[in-house]
Amino acid sequence: MSGKTLYDKIWDAHVVQQDADGTCLLYIDRHLVHEVTSPQAFEGLRMSGRKVRAPERTIAVPDHNVPTTLDRESGIENEESRIQVEALDKNARDFGVNYYPVSDVRQGIVHIVGPEQGWTLPGMTVVCGDSHTATHGAFGALAHGIGTSEVEHVLATQTLIQSKSKNMKVEITGQLRPGVTAKDITLSVIGHTGTGGGTGYVIEYCGEAIRSLSMEGRMTVCNMAIEGGARAGLIAPDETTFEYVKGRPHAPKGAQFEAAHSWWKTLFSDDDAHWDKVVTIKGEDIAPVVTWGTSPEDVLAITDVVPAPESFSGGKVEAAKRALSYMGLEAGQKLTDIKIDTVFIGSCTNGRIEDLRAAAEILKGKKVKDGMRAMVVPGSGLVRAQAEEEGLAQIFIDAGFEWRLAGCSMCLAMNPDQLAPGERCAATSNRNFEGRQGKGGRTHLMSPAMAAAAAVTGHLTDVRDLMAAPAEA
Amino acid sequence: MEKFEKLTGIAAPMPLVNIDTDMIIPKQFLKTIKRSGLGVHAFDEMRYLDDGSENPEFVLNQPAYREASVIVAGDNFGCGSSREHAPWALADFGIKVVISTSFADIFYNNCFKNGMLPIVMPQDVVDVLMKDAEKGANARMTVDLENQVVTTSDGEEFAFEVDPFRKHCLVEGLDDIGLTMEKAGAIDSFEAQAAQSRPWV
Repeated sequence: MSGKTLYDKIWDAHVVQQDADGTCLLYIDRHLVHEVTSPQAFEGLRMSGRKVRAPERTIAVPDHNVPTTLDRESGIENEESRIQVEALDKNARDFGVNYYPVSDVRQGIVHIVGPEQGWTLPGMTVVCGDSHTATHGAFGALAHGIGTSEVEHVLATQTLIQSKSKNMKVEITGQLRPGVTAKDITLSVIGHTGTGGGTGYVIEYCGEAIRSLSMEGRMTVCNMAIEGGARAGLIAPDETTFEYVKGRPHAPKGAQFEAAHSWWKTLFSDDDAHWDKVVTIKGEDIAPVVTWGTSPEDVLAITDVVPAPESFSGGKVEAAKRALSYMGLEAGQKLTDIKIDTVFIGSCTNGRIEDLRAAAEILKGKKVKDGMRAMVVPGSGLVRAQAEEEGLAQIFIDAGFEWRLAGCSMCLAMNPDQLAPGERCAATSNRNFEGRQGKGGRTHLMSPAMAAAAAVTGHLTDVRDLMAAPAEA
Repeated sequence: MEKFEKLTGIAAPMPLVNIDTDMIIPKQFLKTIKRSGLGVHAFDEMRYLDDGSENPEFVLNQPAYREASVIVAGDNFGCGSSREHAPWALADFGIKVVISTSFADIFYNNCFKNGMLPIVMPQDVVDVLMKDAEKGANARMTVDLENQVVTTSDGEEFAFEVDPFRKHCLVEGLDDIGLTMEKAGAIDSFEAQAAQSRPWV
């Protein structure tokens, strides 16, 4: 019998009951909740007279609808958005779950708040009515998005009915070149496997380049596992993980930490574990990348040109034609010739402190190109506070960026932060779908450093051209 | 939940690959706190022109397909966000079945929770069904969940696979939560045991 993968180990530790056909009832350690996908679930509980089974394991925070402008204390103007946030306020209170309201400095994007507060720990099962729950896999936790019916199921029973996925290994060997970041890794993997390449799998990311990433970088990588179609992304916990977790408000302390630590150290894939699919990419082959189309698989190195639809096969030919027309691009155009109107730095993919540091590093002493709109939306109130303390906020403000309050913001444009039709955006978020950032808006996905570079030049830019040249030997 | 046994209806062809949940129901309609009434917004950006009138080019606006209950779609249907508003919108429009070569995982799960049946078929079968769907309103497709067979308007039959538990729940119209609540004892035991082995959780 072969050994177990990390996914196998976490799965096995959470099976409440297994049916003859293999369907399992899986226990859920942490349930994160936001205002968009939960109102119908709480309503369902009320209608059937059910309670939240484990309110102490349930953490709610409003993020999608909240305004990010400094005047947000005056309330939410859009009535539907306001009702949705008020519904979460009421549901959190009525059902007694942990809650970070808009007025709390700890409020932010649910996938940034969870790890920041120590709710997410290695070896846990974590779910949320949000596909980017995959983020928490960076801790070696089995984390994935669920629909609202499943949100209600978890609220009522603290379990999910699940069939096991297959195991996929994505190995990034060696080291990354200068100017290449976690975002370039995760986009390059999707470019390689396609948006359906991970369907039916849980991905474990491994290899030296992954090991060398900070927790922030690992969260960026796992965050977009869903864009590759995978149910979840995982990275085995190590000293980097344990250091990050230690001392966080809801992480175990003292003897409990030691006990947890000794179990966490067993959370890795055995050498003889079976993989259903393996993808290996050399770290040194990864370039700073951007997306050119309307699917996260439309990834190219910044040094490349817009592809011709005929270079694809099957249904992708029509999809690429549609994408080029939507994006207002011509085949053969150099990516670095594409002019940008707006820059958005933030989201659960790239709204953490390290992301802001990387962008600020490029922006230091520089200005946003005349006529452009640029905004930074920190992932949480605490990220914002830290960035202010480190002087990053001032760099953004001096460069001409708007310095916003925490929320999902223009990643999906449910709040007032939206693109106008035809407006072209360099975005650090996760989806370039048609209309994602506003009807008719055109999104190019990239790393924070690349987005900062585009802000300075006004067009898609190879960040390496703006980086301080290394001293001559 | 409404039972799903057998359905005969109009199938609409949507050959585009990677139809994502933002296309199925754009975010401005996620602000509702209800499940119902989203059908009018399904495929909003493809379905309506800027002045709010219907786009005559869009398949579900064409007379032959306004009453469609099946969609035959390109690869990777439902990719993107976890929003259950996507199947809610489709179901409210009247779609009960989506057939494709592949579905995004969360969308696929969400369908079953709403009395809808997503069917995975190989490319060559999807090609045949797409052609059948292109024939319009007079060509009705039959989806028999009990026997796991799709029948084209010409009587050509194709078997499909479905998870037995999910099939059972659809055919009987069962509510998952009620079923799991019956296992409360097992959940209690699990929690008691986990409190010993992983007390920090």
